[in-house]
Amino acid sequence: MTTLQDPPIAPSAAGRSARRRFGPGTGSRAAAGFAVAAVVLFAVAPVVLGDFRLGLLAKYLCLAIVAVGIGLAWGRGGMLTLGQGVFFGLGGYAMAMHLKLADAGPGQLPDFMQLYGQLDALPWWWRPFTSPAFALAATVLLPMLVALPLGLLIFRRRVRGAYFAILSQALCAAFAIFLIGQQGTTGGTNGLTDIQGFFGYDLNDPINRRMIYFIVAAVLLAVLGVAWQLMRSRYGELLVAVRDGEERVRFLGYDPANVKLVAYVVAAGMAGLAGALFVPAVGIISPAMIGVVPSIEFVIGVAVGGRASLVGPALGAIAVAWARTALSERLPSAWTYFEGLLFILPVVFLPGGLASLTVFLRRRSGKKASA
Amino acid sequence: MTLVLSQLFTGISIGAVLLLIALGLSLTFGQMNVINMAHGELIMAGAYTVYVLQKVLSGAGLSLVVALPVAFVVAGLTGVLIEVLLVRRLYARPLDTLLVTWGVSLILQQAARDVFGAPNVQTRAPSLLTGSIHVTDDLVISSSRVFILVLALAAVVALIVGLRTTPLGRRIRAVVQNRDLAAVSGLATGRVDRLTFFIGSGLAGIAGVALTLIGPIGPTMGTNIIVNAFLVVVVGGIGQLKGTVIVAFTLGIVQSMVEYTTTVSVASVIVFVVIVAFLQWRPQGLFTLRTRSLA
Repeated sequence: MTTLQDPPIAPSAAGRSARRRFGPGTGSRAAAGFAVAAVVLFAVAPVVLGDFRLGLLAKYLCLAIVAVGIGLAWGRGGMLTLGQGVFFGLGGYAMAMHLKLADAGPGQLPDFMQLYGQLDALPWWWRPFTSPAFALAATVLLPMLVALPLGLLIFRRRVRGAYFAILSQALCAAFAIFLIGQQGTTGGTNGLTDIQGFFGYDLNDPINRRMIYFIVAAVLLAVLGVAWQLMRSRYGELLVAVRDGEERVRFLGYDPANVKLVAYVVAAGMAGLAGALFVPAVGIISPAMIGVVPSIEFVIGVAVGGRASLVGPALGAIAVAWARTALSERLPSAWTYFEGLLFILPVVFLPGGLASLTVFLRRRSGKKASA
Repeated sequence: MTLVLSQLFTGISIGAVLLLIALGLSLTFGQMNVINMAHGELIMAGAYTVYVLQKVLSGAGLSLVVALPVAFVVAGLTGVLIEVLLVRRLYARPLDTLLVTWGVSLILQQAARDVFGAPNVQTRAPSLLTGSIHVTDDLVISSSRVFILVLALAAVVALIVGLRTTPLGRRIRAVVQNRDLAAVSGLATGRVDRLTFFIGSGLAGIAGVALTLIGPIGPTMGTNIIVNAFLVVVVGGIGQLKGTVIVAFTLGIVQSMVEYTTTVSVASVIVFVVIVAFLQWRPQGLFTLRTRSLA
């Protein structure tokens, strides 16, 4: 009987040594890895890259934060979520709403609301976002609060595999259509654009744009730290076990629904955080960035980098985003073909992503040595 | 009353389009657990077939009639190509097929853009199908919508008869019910899979022909329409034709009714909530194949 679950890609809790190869690694190695990443992000990149490139990198790092969450939910938990755009969007809109209100000044309506001119007063659900504390909390908590009941309903009833993927995609489509329809209060197709300030700092000032980059880089490292802790904990082992044999875990007395729910909600929170940082880094959030197509594009970097590894998704997301910028402007047609191949080739021939390539090579050289 | 009836018919015709698209998906999903994200682009292939044939043939009616079998074969062969080159390698990893076929859909879309150009193209509908039918003085329904409804129902009947009576149909049912048992009984399941994929993809081509009657043809026409068709398959239940039929029409009617009473944008959210609620009641879809495996 074929099941809807995928066979193991990273080793399960059974193999300790295997886990070290693929997984988060031991404490000292991880610390070294974090140190290297920190040096690259904080010391090398700001020196080597100009303002424009650094701004682009900030955008890529936002996508990498989403990818870390997807790596957790999909790579480790087996939940292929094609709807992270919803959570990215919730975080992004929460942040953008506050920044628009701050730009407009106290008591004023944001510019686009005045433009469409249907509203005399701020809609009630915009009002709390005047408070910076509420908006900041909402960027993470709002996506998690949406993911929690949804995940609860879906996982409790054992909806999974392709069913889950399709549902997450449908949610994404519905959300984007909904946003587009509410022209007067969400900016419709245009989204929330032309954001000038970030908590009192002028975003047109290059120094402040650099500051945004440093914030994004710090958040990415923090998110990686959270993912690392989750992966190496007992919970992380349980999550992989649920991915590889949900029924077995159930018979051992755990509730797989709760295990999956945690990963799903955490991934949603990470996507929300990424969305919130994306807004000051890029200056816009619109339905075009959170619909069906961008949501599935979040997944591609994860597949390329190595879905079950810790840093693979982040590196893959950065690499794919960089390739998109490099190729799509000069050769838009070639980029789409290339993107199509990116979905096909790594998934078919290298399901562990680039992260598994090192292991693969090491094993080959090891075999040669022993023979 | 007339208003309700006309909304009802709008819903039924949305449902007919959904049904035509979802039929092929349901067939391949039921048999191989494969969600073919490139299904929308097979629809597009069918639609462009009409466009090309109209350049070659003179009459709009003739080209439509010729397009039906031609689109079936064009889309079907494209589907078989996808199956042979990619899907077959991934039977053990159904979730990965989703991503891979999405990649295929990107490539097919760009190919269409490069060959036919990015803007939408138009086809002429045969004069027989451009008018509308006056059921009563107030209730007017367009004849192309009726044609699509008839086409969808014909496809369902053909599929049911084919599955019940032909040797291939018997084999398909056997593989759907228990692939391993079918294989040890001497069935070449790989060949059955390929034929199923041909028929499923061919049905997408037919759907594409039908869509040329009600909308423009463009490279992204598939993406816009496919998400709801996936929902129909998921809610209808794996490999269950009757589930697909019932859910397609129900979804169409619900959507048109909710859209009428609220707005399109609110309707999309309400429909999603209704579906999640429905899955609480029937997590495996409306109809399921009874097996002894764990749910």
